[in-house]
Amino acid sequence: MTAPANYSAGHSAALDFSQPEPVDLSSGKYVKIWQGPQHPGITGNMSLELTLDGDTIIECKTHVGYLHRAFEKLMEGRNYIQNFTVVCRIAVPEPAFNEYLYAAGLEELSGIEAPERAQWIRTLNLEMMRLASFMMWIGGQSGAFGLYTVPNWTIAYRDYVLDLFEEMTGARIYHMYMVPGGVRFDLPKGFDERVNEVMDGADKLLDQIERVMFNNVVFKARSKGLGVIPREMIEPYGIVGPNARACGVERDLRKDEPYLVYDQLDFDIVTATDSDAYARAYVRLQETRQSISLIRQIMQRMPRTGPLQAEMPNVLHWKIPPGETYVKAECTRGEYGYFMVTDGTEYIRRVCVRGPSYTHAISVMEKMARGTNIADIAGLMVSLHTYPPEIER
Amino acid sequence: MGNLTNALLDRLQRDFEITEITQRNPRLTTFKVDKEHAETLVRELRDRESYTHLNFITCIDYIEDGIFTLVYMLQNYDLNCMLGVHVDIGRDNAEMTSMHTLWGQVWTYQRELREMYGINFPGSPRLEEDFCLEGWDDIPPMRREFDTAAYSTEHFGHGERSTEEPRQYMKVQFYPNRGGDEK
Repeated sequence: MTAPANYSAGHSAALDFSQPEPVDLSSGKYVKIWQGPQHPGITGNMSLELTLDGDTIIECKTHVGYLHRAFEKLMEGRNYIQNFTVVCRIAVPEPAFNEYLYAAGLEELSGIEAPERAQWIRTLNLEMMRLASFMMWIGGQSGAFGLYTVPNWTIAYRDYVLDLFEEMTGARIYHMYMVPGGVRFDLPKGFDERVNEVMDGADKLLDQIERVMFNNVVFKARSKGLGVIPREMIEPYGIVGPNARACGVERDLRKDEPYLVYDQLDFDIVTATDSDAYARAYVRLQETRQSISLIRQIMQRMPRTGPLQAEMPNVLHWKIPPGETYVKAECTRGEYGYFMVTDGTEYIRRVCVRGPSYTHAISVMEKMARGTNIADIAGLMVSLHTYPPEIER
Repeated sequence: MGNLTNALLDRLQRDFEITEITQRNPRLTTFKVDKEHAETLVRELRDRESYTHLNFITCIDYIEDGIFTLVYMLQNYDLNCMLGVHVDIGRDNAEMTSMHTLWGQVWTYQRELREMYGINFPGSPRLEEDFCLEGWDDIPPMRREFDTAAYSTEHFGHGERSTEEPRQYMKVQFYPNRGGDEK
């Protein structure tokens, strides 16, 4: 181990966390407008309070709370198993990560280990979720730059993945499938063929998207050079996931701290160097392809027999010994985590959900927006890939 | 726990008098430090020990003991391990040193903790701005004594429902001083 570098010295420019000086709106020189909370160019119900000098944004303030449902508070008053109806609603496009992390946290705190086959099926579920979520994101990003063909393709194709979820779990969005101790039931008969069929179609679709979107002159012109995140900002602002990898930061929890069966799967961390909206989009496109590859590997390698559930206590009267843990997984936006504290009762003492949007949508967004043209704010917002519910919880 | 982390914890015990060191899992160790030493300790972990990533800041309400436990979760990317720094503060007039100069997202966490638990962080930017709750005038809702069901019943009721003509109702809301006259 080499001697640690002095952090402050290496990040001096990025460590300027000062807020911009308020402008004199009565001067008539500036205009204040709101982007959201109801606007097609936003990523869910949040809003940006923008101060403009001409077309240029000079100040941005993120406002959240429109989707606040007090999930963390609700969980303190329900028993462990009841909370499964709550956790999946914290990130609408990716409920599976919440299910998995909540289950994994409870398992760790209570000393339960999910059987191997359940771990393979959980990994499959998470990668299908990643695929569905990226499909939605690709549509959002191209739409934000005025390319309305691609969203029609991807949102429609996401539905095929949701069909698979319906078959696998009985539900399309909120599955409540990964429960403590394993998964609720086995894969249905003929599932492999249908998965392969959808993956073959997804492969072809991504080829088309690459041609139509990534080679499109408008998309290139509007996304290249937009929202460049300098390398020095990554740690000081807690930037994770594709937003960091597009800047050349080779970090992915699936590789760095493998969970489930990721250490038995072949994949590389996708990175880029330009760190602009185009680079982030390209990283996500490659990660979507990678997700298809992982799903295929899982279908080929997973054990076909064996238990799906560990032996569990009566979950209606389940008491978990006092403890504390922080479990995390790599979702489409980076580190997603559950901090959980138990106190020996039937109720969780504290749960804190750590979503990547917390920093990406507020401190990073506010910093990146300054100096951006008003026409590009929707594209920038989508390129940071944020989900407001995981901020408000 | 690696030797390096053991050596680090020994040093932190000596220099910052940390207590209650607990290894939660192979990648996570937590310990407690006094409020007075917390900011210096966290800064040192970031600057000298490569705990450069702040996973999150949160709070646990131990109402029975009259304390809030603040948790600063720090990640070392070189070692792929985390330290959970616990700091106890009193629930009454709860106040903690602001760490907004350490990471760009800290002020947001502090703003949330002020709104949800009523903890003050003197000097933290935009602390008084609403985070999630617009115009909240009750006790901070994440405190254990806050009863969500009672609040809901009191404010939204579960008795008879009534309805209004939406356009007329909104006019009155927008122009209350003019009795709903938009002109």
